[in-house]
Amino acid sequence: MSDEKMVGTTTGNRLLRALLYTVLVLFAVYYLLPLYVMVVNSVKPLDEIRQGNMLSLPALFTLEPWAKAWSSAQVGVQPTGLKPYFFNSILMVVPAVAISTVLGALNGYVLTKWRFRGDDVVFGLILLSCFIPFQIALIPAARILGFLGIAGTTTGLVLIHVVYGLGFTTLFFRNYYAAFPTELVRAAQIDGAGFFQIFRRILLPSSSPIIVVTVIWQFTNIWNDFLFGVSFGDFDSLPMTVALNNLVSSSGGVKEYNVHFAGAILAALPTLIVYIVSGRYFVRGLMAGAVKG
Amino acid sequence: MNRNRLQDLIPRLVLSPSMALILIFVYAFILYTFYLSMTDSRMLPSYGFVGFDNYEKLWNLRHWWRALTNLAIFGSLYIVVCSVLGLFLAILLDQKIRGEGFLRPIYLYPMALSFIVTGTAWKWFLDPGIGLENTMHQWGWTSFAFAWIKDRNLAIYTVVIAAIWQSSGFVMAMFLAGLRGVDSEIIKAAQMDGASNVTIYRRIIIPMMRPVFLSAFVVLAHLAIKSYDLVIALTGGGPGQATELPATFMYSYTFTRNQMGIGASSAIIMLVMIFSIIIPYLYSELRPGRQR
Repeated sequence: MSDEKMVGTTTGNRLLRALLYTVLVLFAVYYLLPLYVMVVNSVKPLDEIRQGNMLSLPALFTLEPWAKAWSSAQVGVQPTGLKPYFFNSILMVVPAVAISTVLGALNGYVLTKWRFRGDDVVFGLILLSCFIPFQIALIPAARILGFLGIAGTTTGLVLIHVVYGLGFTTLFFRNYYAAFPTELVRAAQIDGAGFFQIFRRILLPSSSPIIVVTVIWQFTNIWNDFLFGVSFGDFDSLPMTVALNNLVSSSGGVKEYNVHFAGAILAALPTLIVYIVSGRYFVRGLMAGAVKG
Repeated sequence: MNRNRLQDLIPRLVLSPSMALILIFVYAFILYTFYLSMTDSRMLPSYGFVGFDNYEKLWNLRHWWRALTNLAIFGSLYIVVCSVLGLFLAILLDQKIRGEGFLRPIYLYPMALSFIVTGTAWKWFLDPGIGLENTMHQWGWTSFAFAWIKDRNLAIYTVVIAAIWQSSGFVMAMFLAGLRGVDSEIIKAAQMDGASNVTIYRRIIIPMMRPVFLSAFVVLAHLAIKSYDLVIALTGGGPGQATELPATFMYSYTFTRNQMGIGASSAIIMLVMIFSIIIPYLYSELRPGRQR
């Protein structure tokens, strides 16, 4: 943006650059501090946290809180640790992400390459569903899940997450396929290729970027969901976020901060790893969901 | 011919399950909740029609006004500070920074966390007993006091602090993408006319960011109205009702206070708030003839 001649020629400019970097680093510290506090305090014994400074490194390093958070801490009424809930979350997230992504891809394909009269109304209705406050759905959704006999089950949560993720997945694929040359599709049609054949042979091979974006977006949103988990989950299906909240807020006696911190990191780890491994796509997903929303 | 007719039907058949799900789980649910808001439902849905009684009760509740006032404070600070901070950081990062690829993910990672994790972290960080206040005391600044989270009048601002930490990096990324999209020819022309960097930003670039401001506003406003998890994890709505928001109000009236009718009417008000922001925005974005 700035021209070479304006960068770092005079002392004034150099001072300005130094100031610039200082401000940027200070903000990095601000964003990292809570994570640092969590990590550092998750490997300290409880006494050290109570008497010591939350910023200081552990004098006595221990992994005890991690072991406890994972397998023996009191979550709600049972001393199960977070482990069962971690697997509840996995069992919920994987099918929900897969189904909503496949449906979103097909929807996006239809809405861009097989347009029909009224398709923009259909898309508008799907798009608007991204933004509804879920409070509007809580009471009827509880009724429907009960009616279907899947209240309190992982299946029920998968259904809910698929439905409320469809808007975003459809939006992502629609915007992506809109830029895909329609002539290719028409040419294949003239050659006698069918609906699914065209999708599989022509669109799918070039869809990997948007698939990654969609999978990451859905994974983060569903893993991080709390409202649906707390409303429709049961012991066999409660997700990690709800269990973490129970762990942190329910312990009646001594507050085991170190265990809470270890649990919080455990709950954050899957999305953090996804973010670290594929942050670029993560940003693209946010942008696609936001700017073109 | 027959085959062609089938081919014509397939696209709509493929779309129909999703459409059916959305029609039921979104639009029929909205109608059902609206209907419930006009009934005498308490612990369970019941169908005695009471007209707008629940809305009247709702608007007479101090608890609801508290939630709305908090939303106004929280929402406006959240939107304004996130936008200003996001734009500021984006402009700083846009100065050919060495290590941008290192800094950007640091600013952005909180967005990958669940609000429950953010709330848990900030709850202890802001706790006077073990958090920031205690740390300052340990460092010798014994008169330092920071107990907003325990203060009825100030607790809502701690929700703002945590929420800004979580979302400002994301707004930065939006603005940075916007800045990178500005036509460099225009900037070169302005530089040739002798405009300073500050002038270029103030007079040319920032005005061109208007669509990004609008997107950021829409995203942040709808996140603010939906905010639920963060309050639950950070303050649980307390102390007292000091950090109650419409989303937590709805949940507690519907599921713990057994006032489903009132809960449903508060959900409808939330929907109206969000739609009055989103629908004009989507309409202007999707207007025919506009290039997307």
